[in-house]
Amino acid sequence: MKDYDIVLGARGEDRLTAVDYINGTIKEFTEFHGDRYFGDDGAVIAGIGMLKDMPVTVIGIEKGKNTEDRIAHNFGSAHPEGYRKALRLMKQAEKFHRPVICFVDTAGAFCGVDAEERGQGRAIAENLYEMSDLKTPILSVVIGEGGSGGALALSHSDRIWMLEDAYFSVVSPESCANILWKSTEKADVVADALFLTSEKLYKLGLIDKICKKDDVAGLAEDIYSELKRLCEEDEDTLIDERYQKFRNIGY
Amino acid sequence: MELRSLFLKANNELEYSGNRIRSRKVTCKKCQKDVSVAKIRKNNFVCPNCGHYFTVRARRRILMLTDKRSFVELNREYESKNILGFPEYDSKLQAAKEKSREFEGVICGEATIGGHRSCIFAMDGNFMMGSMGAVVGEKITSLFEYATEKSLPVVGITVSGGARMQEGMISLMQMSKVSAAVKRHSNKGNLYIALLTNPTTGGVDASFAMLGDITLAEPDARIGFAGPRVIEKTLNRALPKGFQKAESVLECGFLDAIVPRDQQKSYLEKLLRMHNC
Repeated sequence: MKDYDIVLGARGEDRLTAVDYINGTIKEFTEFHGDRYFGDDGAVIAGIGMLKDMPVTVIGIEKGKNTEDRIAHNFGSAHPEGYRKALRLMKQAEKFHRPVICFVDTAGAFCGVDAEERGQGRAIAENLYEMSDLKTPILSVVIGEGGSGGALALSHSDRIWMLEDAYFSVVSPESCANILWKSTEKADVVADALFLTSEKLYKLGLIDKICKKDDVAGLAEDIYSELKRLCEEDEDTLIDERYQKFRNIGY
Repeated sequence: MELRSLFLKANNELEYSGNRIRSRKVTCKKCQKDVSVAKIRKNNFVCPNCGHYFTVRARRRILMLTDKRSFVELNREYESKNILGFPEYDSKLQAAKEKSREFEGVICGEATIGGHRSCIFAMDGNFMMGSMGAVVGEKITSLFEYATEKSLPVVGITVSGGARMQEGMISLMQMSKVSAAVKRHSNKGNLYIALLTNPTTGGVDASFAMLGDITLAEPDARIGFAGPRVIEKTLNRALPKGFQKAESVLECGFLDAIVPRDQQKSYLEKLLRMHNC
């Protein structure tokens, strides 16, 4: 399978979406709404629930199931209030010592006049900033599309996992080809060069685990045991290791 | 960097300091009038006719904002590699080095500003549009760590098209890396002033450009996350007038002040003084 096929597959409409992963892993999921500043963003679903015997905060970017549903969730592209809702609930999780699980599936943060005027850049920046020393474990799973900054805003985590058929990229292959060669035709060539598949990102050391697709029950088990491990670490070690994890990327 | 590139003249004709060019004129993009290079330079690289802001390269930017001969550069020698083997990246890096006469797209160091000791970084729009790859992320992170250790403020001048796509996810994750370093610096009670210049967009806007204790901008600078053409294409309609310009970003509540170029140094001096730096 070519890398570009993985990108196309990750966009497929028949895939499981964030709600499926939330319902499949979390019992008694209780959704909470709103960012307390502007509104409630349909693209981000967030709340609390039980992962076996462990209370957790869970946040997902949801694309929707049918046309109407997709419009309600803005096709999984969050506005600033979505990222601010996520951050509000992460701060709440910190207060009550609950670990945080993020299911990431977005083509990217929403591109629009409103989103810009309400500070899309600032919203993403604030998430990275605050998540970097959030005093509770964070585990993110890219379940489909990991579209640039919009996906990164929920991935400043102790563990970044990816489904084997998901992708995570700095830019969509189409935009990249368009910028480089003024044509989207070479998107498949560019997709190879961007190193966006789970396998390549794992080899680069940028993600921590490749998860089997379509095995929600198995994923729940893995998340549970990983969070148990992370909850045992003392706060300073946890924050320090999270800092070093990102500190070591690159040069 | 190849030796010969050290001897090449800069592409930006305003920057070339040879004598012959003193009498030369350039055409201002905005008012279309011919203005002498000497006059523009004397006027802080602002067009004396219409007030248009010419781009200023990073090294001159630092000279304009810091006390004479006070700047000491850190980590100048860091150079990017084509880690992912991305097509055409090697030649682009080479061209960027020649165009900017720098090793990379950001200059970091320590200086005094009106006698106040401060760390400073300035990005360079001539280096692949100021895009952030692993080296840019590393240099800025190191600077924040250095400033945290020495309890120094940081002044950051941004200009960037965003993450450098030729370095894939490594460049995207520099956003996380720098943001975490800014947080550590802040947690120790240190001051960070960001000065946003034209353009500050994409992954830089969505990370350290928007994380200052005090966020300033130059007049008319484009500041935003998504590129205007992308938004226009997505929405299929024209963008409102002044969209993503510093003046409207201020109105939206994301900037503390817009500071004209001739007042920037004294403005920074005042802020540093009021924070006992």
